[in-house]
Amino acid sequence: MDDQATKVLVSRRDLLKGGTAAGVGVIALGGLWRPARAQAKKVVKLSFIGPLTGGTASNGLGGRNSFLLAVAERNADPKSKYRYETIVLDDECKPTVAVQAALRAGSDPEVIASVSHYCSVVAIATVDTFNKLGLPSMVWGAVLPDITYGHKHVEITRVNGTMINQNHIAADFAVKKLGFKTFSIIHDTTDYGRGHAKYFTEGLERLGGKILSTTGTAKDQKDYTAELTKVKAEKPEVIYYGGLTPDGVRVKVQMDKLGVKAQFQGTSGIKSDTFIETAGASAEGVYCFVEGAPTEKLPGGKRFLEAYAKMAFKEPSEAYGPFAYVATHLVIDAIEEVGPDRPKVAQKLKRTRKPDTIIGPVEFDEHGQNTVPLITTHVAQDGKWVVWEDSEYATGKRELPGLKFKRERA
Amino acid sequence: MPPLEVILQQAFNGLMLGVMYALIAVGFTLFFGVLDVIHFSHGDIFTLGAFAGLSLTFLWAAVGIGNPAVALLLTFLGALVLTGLIGVAAERACVKPLAKAPPLMTLLATLSLGLVIREAILIFYPRGADPKPFPAMLPQGLFEIGGVVIRYENLAILAIAGVAMVLVDLIINRTRVGASMRAVAQDAEAAQMMGVNLNRTVDFTFFLGSALAAVAGILNGLYYSEIHFIMGIMGGIIGFSAAAIGGLGNVYGAILGGLLFGVLQTLAAAFIPRGSEFRDVVAFAVVMVFMVFKPTGILGEKTIERV
Repeated sequence: MDDQATKVLVSRRDLLKGGTAAGVGVIALGGLWRPARAQAKKVVKLSFIGPLTGGTASNGLGGRNSFLLAVAERNADPKSKYRYETIVLDDECKPTVAVQAALRAGSDPEVIASVSHYCSVVAIATVDTFNKLGLPSMVWGAVLPDITYGHKHVEITRVNGTMINQNHIAADFAVKKLGFKTFSIIHDTTDYGRGHAKYFTEGLERLGGKILSTTGTAKDQKDYTAELTKVKAEKPEVIYYGGLTPDGVRVKVQMDKLGVKAQFQGTSGIKSDTFIETAGASAEGVYCFVEGAPTEKLPGGKRFLEAYAKMAFKEPSEAYGPFAYVATHLVIDAIEEVGPDRPKVAQKLKRTRKPDTIIGPVEFDEHGQNTVPLITTHVAQDGKWVVWEDSEYATGKRELPGLKFKRERA
Repeated sequence: MPPLEVILQQAFNGLMLGVMYALIAVGFTLFFGVLDVIHFSHGDIFTLGAFAGLSLTFLWAAVGIGNPAVALLLTFLGALVLTGLIGVAAERACVKPLAKAPPLMTLLATLSLGLVIREAILIFYPRGADPKPFPAMLPQGLFEIGGVVIRYENLAILAIAGVAMVLVDLIINRTRVGASMRAVAQDAEAAQMMGVNLNRTVDFTFFLGSALAAVAGILNGLYYSEIHFIMGIMGGIIGFSAAAIGGLGNVYGAILGGLLFGVLQTLAAAFIPRGSEFRDVVAFAVVMVFMVFKPTGILGEKTIERV
């Protein structure tokens, strides 16, 4: 077992970073100019939980910054009834650490709601903890369907889409748009990886795609040569990987080293700058799918990016930052409307409807799941993730590696 | 039955993986053979070696050393010395002061040191949480023999690992300091009475084992083209297990144990249905079998004493 799981919830570095950023936001926008008025407001605490260290830290830090931005904006708003303070906790993308973080947030009676989790494997682990503690938690990045559909807890809601939509669209894209017919699936054995494999398989079967094999691998596995050698003998047109960035990098790089001539297709879990930086030239032509659209193309993306830039965070907001930002605003909207009361806030959040957020209209179903998620296809081109429609692969100027291999075989 | 070329390719994959494990296992076995110490931060010393190597590649690029062969040689030499010295410092901080304490205390101290090293990389290395690309410094390209893909860099990695292992063997068996190590392994007090400088011998043992971990770390980076601050966790556990399978204290046993572990993991992933999910289960089950039925390992413990 990874002994990091027993680590303190927030690392010193992240305490410093989070604390500094929160402090700057709260002081600059909330307190300094009108101290008498700010002091008169009742303090309400909000927690943020996400991966601030580990392989997916870049997404967690982007989410945390976006959360802090939203809180700073509401503290600066004279119409706000409360002054919002923040608690930032690291879940390390590990279930045991995440449950400790949820316990810590939930056991503080001043914390009224939480904006929680990028990783599905931890989001599903904390569902019951939030329920037992009665703490409303809005998920901002995890995509496993069971996080909202696997229970009837009023406390859990989610602003981003699920992997069901993502994978059905992914299957559609690979089979109908690109014309691939044979697939080998590799996935990590966490709930996240298994879920992706399950829903991608569903999508493929619906469209007549042929699955040659499905292989589960341990998270943080270093060597994939045995699995890839096996898969290579199947001669798939596409290798689909359901997992996160560090393992995704290894699978792709080792594919190339073994001379596996297939297209690499990923999920939202590999959509990070770290994937492209670490995989280097191997990343070229890899495609994946993400809920929402690139931040600059979101309805309120420009406004969000301008506000984010003003806060001078060190890290970019990454793909799911806008979702954390919207989740924070929705949580604060509910508190402003029903007061800082956990059960009332949970009830209010469960059927959220708001037509004009920066990610577009938000409408939660009876499970607290946002029902209008948009999925965007991204492809790695010249060391950057580019929206498929804007890429040279879509215009035909370049050819995806998988299509080239397919043509050569024919 | 899978085609022959697939079986041969998997055997080659297992060999490559086993060599990585063997280099770590030899370090464990040296520490145990000479000092009866299980140095549980050795996995993180291996990580440190990889990061030292990576940092040196940036340094050579910055000072304009463009020749890949020269840069690679300097990377190895620099990382070996640096990691070896850190290994000696680790020994002086966590092993020597506890020489007369119960073995459990040394175990705990080295485990803690491993955590400190890992966290230090995470915190102080730029964006230490992310996996890091390792530059390709060995000849690229590949050729096929009977459907088996062999990369030139893999052959170079095997050659470098082989040379490292032969050098360790020569140092232990053909040099004065090696004779001191063997003497200390047999009876530290008697060795001192015969004029062996115990402190210097212990220091050298840790230098040698840690330098070998640096070789393993750099080869790991070259083979996978990527390193990560947590790579020493499993690397250390497997390296120790491999040393135990081979026979703790036996250098050849550690090499054999490493190769066996790599081949077992690969075969489990390749040929058992859903074996990829259970590759570690299979490999560690074999370790348990050995611990129960042949606790001294394949080649028996403490060969260093008997030489």
